[in-house]
Amino acid sequence: MFRECVKMAFEGMLANKIRTFLTMLGIIIGVGAVIAMVSLGLGMQEKVKENITSMGSNLLIVMSGGRTANGQRIASGSGAKLTYEDAKAIEKNVDGIKYVAPGVQNSYQLVAGNQNWTSQVQGVTPNILSIRNYSIEQGRMYSQRDMNSRERVCVIGKTVADTLFPDGNAVGQIMRINKAPFTVIGVLATKGQSAMGQDQDDIVFIPLTTAMQRLMGLTYIRNITIQCESENTVSQVQSDVVTLLRTRHKIKTGDDDDFSVRDLTEIIKTAQETTGSITLLLAIVAGISLLVGGIGIMNIMLVSVTERTREIGIRKALGATYHDILLQFLVESMVIGVTGGTTGMILGTVISVIAAKIIGWPIVVSILATIISVVFSVGIGLFFGLYPAKKAALLDPIDALRYE
Amino acid sequence: MNVIELKDIVKSYQMGDTIVYALDHVTVNFEKGKFTSIVGPSGSGKSTMMNILGCLDRPTSGEYYLEGKNIANYTDDELARTRNQRIGFVFQSFNLLSRLTAVENVALPLIYAGVNLEERTKRAEKALTDVGLGSRMYHKPNEMSGGQRQRVAIARALINNPAIIMADEPTGNLDTKSTLEIIDIFEKLNQEGKTVIMVTHEPELAAMTQRILVMRDGRLTEEKEGGGQVVV
Repeated sequence: MFRECVKMAFEGMLANKIRTFLTMLGIIIGVGAVIAMVSLGLGMQEKVKENITSMGSNLLIVMSGGRTANGQRIASGSGAKLTYEDAKAIEKNVDGIKYVAPGVQNSYQLVAGNQNWTSQVQGVTPNILSIRNYSIEQGRMYSQRDMNSRERVCVIGKTVADTLFPDGNAVGQIMRINKAPFTVIGVLATKGQSAMGQDQDDIVFIPLTTAMQRLMGLTYIRNITIQCESENTVSQVQSDVVTLLRTRHKIKTGDDDDFSVRDLTEIIKTAQETTGSITLLLAIVAGISLLVGGIGIMNIMLVSVTERTREIGIRKALGATYHDILLQFLVESMVIGVTGGTTGMILGTVISVIAAKIIGWPIVVSILATIISVVFSVGIGLFFGLYPAKKAALLDPIDALRYE
Repeated sequence: MNVIELKDIVKSYQMGDTIVYALDHVTVNFEKGKFTSIVGPSGSGKSTMMNILGCLDRPTSGEYYLEGKNIANYTDDELARTRNQRIGFVFQSFNLLSRLTAVENVALPLIYAGVNLEERTKRAEKALTDVGLGSRMYHKPNEMSGGQRQRVAIARALINNPAIIMADEPTGNLDTKSTLEIIDIFEKLNQEGKTVIMVTHEPELAAMTQRILVMRDGRLTEEKEGGGQVVV
């Protein structure tokens, strides 16, 4: 019986090719839109995440607090409270930490040959490369030994290298930072812009000890960058660091911290929430078009039932039961739903792959969205076909036979 | 032996404040193997009678025995099965499905009887050959003449080997030549032992049947013996 119904459904659909196609188009567009929109949304999310993690993931940044002089509060990071020893203590005492990189930085004029450039000079421990996802393209990074002997060496970003050494071959050359000569021992691979729009290649790294004692003349450090082992340890590490530093700085209960700890994972979360809600919004809009497609099925099925009243009467007179007629029309609307859903799935996948390639986002085809929308289109065929099919099955054979 | 026994059948409709009796206490038997015609003016209750006899409708009260079983209280599905297995319909307007070929139309009742495709086609082809349409089996109704269409309808009525054949004005849309052909087929079926009940408003057609029931205002008013002979 079911096989006959499927055959009858196809015959009925082929009898009205254009109408069937238009009805199906509603479902094709609906399913296609859901898949394409969700896939593009996820692609966007992936891209944003990629951008942000290029700054380094699971980061905490400890900055010394602002000075308060005669009631005036001066910018954070300007206080002289954080020390190299603080950083060492954090590394030693707090669990769940991967790297700790204390640092100082300042903006200096750089001179090499007849070229000059002004850039941010960071005095920092060598592990900053791992934390910030930098890699060396030429030469090498300075080592712990360079740190210990306060060598005048530096590793420069691509932008700095291209500006100061237009001939290439920066490694081994001498560069003056604030008139002090430094040897370039490495050039970083290019990283491009950060999510904030900064040029991440416009940077100079020098050993922390060299920076503190030979360039800037500081006894304290400006900040400590902490990379946690995983996303889950970030908040634990944050509170442990606060407790540790309060103890070390002998801050009484109730008094304000003289430092601040910023959680960079918050930025990722915020960005993901934003792109997540954009994706959801797109999916909802696409979902509405799927619903409209479903209503299209119902509409056409109702027309079809009215048009075929006499046929239903004949079938009933010849012995078709309520369930036979119900099944015939349900199968018909489900065939529209399934065929439209499958076509829409293929279309949506193709569109999202092509669009992702054009825009340059990662290709993410959401399996979940695909399954949900195809199952949904079958459900829509069933749901919106049920009322017309019931209407057909309940027709009185005498009235139906008399229908002109 | 009676194929159908109607006892005190009433079919009434509420029309505003008044109750209209389409069938008013009808009691009648139909003998197996007899060719009966029901005649009467419009509104006499012929069609209602036909619908009840054909199990398309249920009486308001009374008893209906089809082959000894009281079917007055059958459910819709049981009635559908009864129509499918025991009754063959021939309508005035043929009521063929225009999308289907003659064979598919004839095989339609067998789908609902749960017969497989191969068997259906075999039986439908044989039924069509029996009514003289062996050469037009794969044509669609709109490629056929009225007489041919009605023969397809008769083949469809016969396909499930029913107890009775119900013909509702079967020649109403046909010319004289086709009418004679169709009546001829009914007579032949009757000679083979089929019970045929035909509703008509043409007295000369009724005269060809073995028994004539005359209806007026929902009552059986007269019963005559027909000639059983074709006289035109």
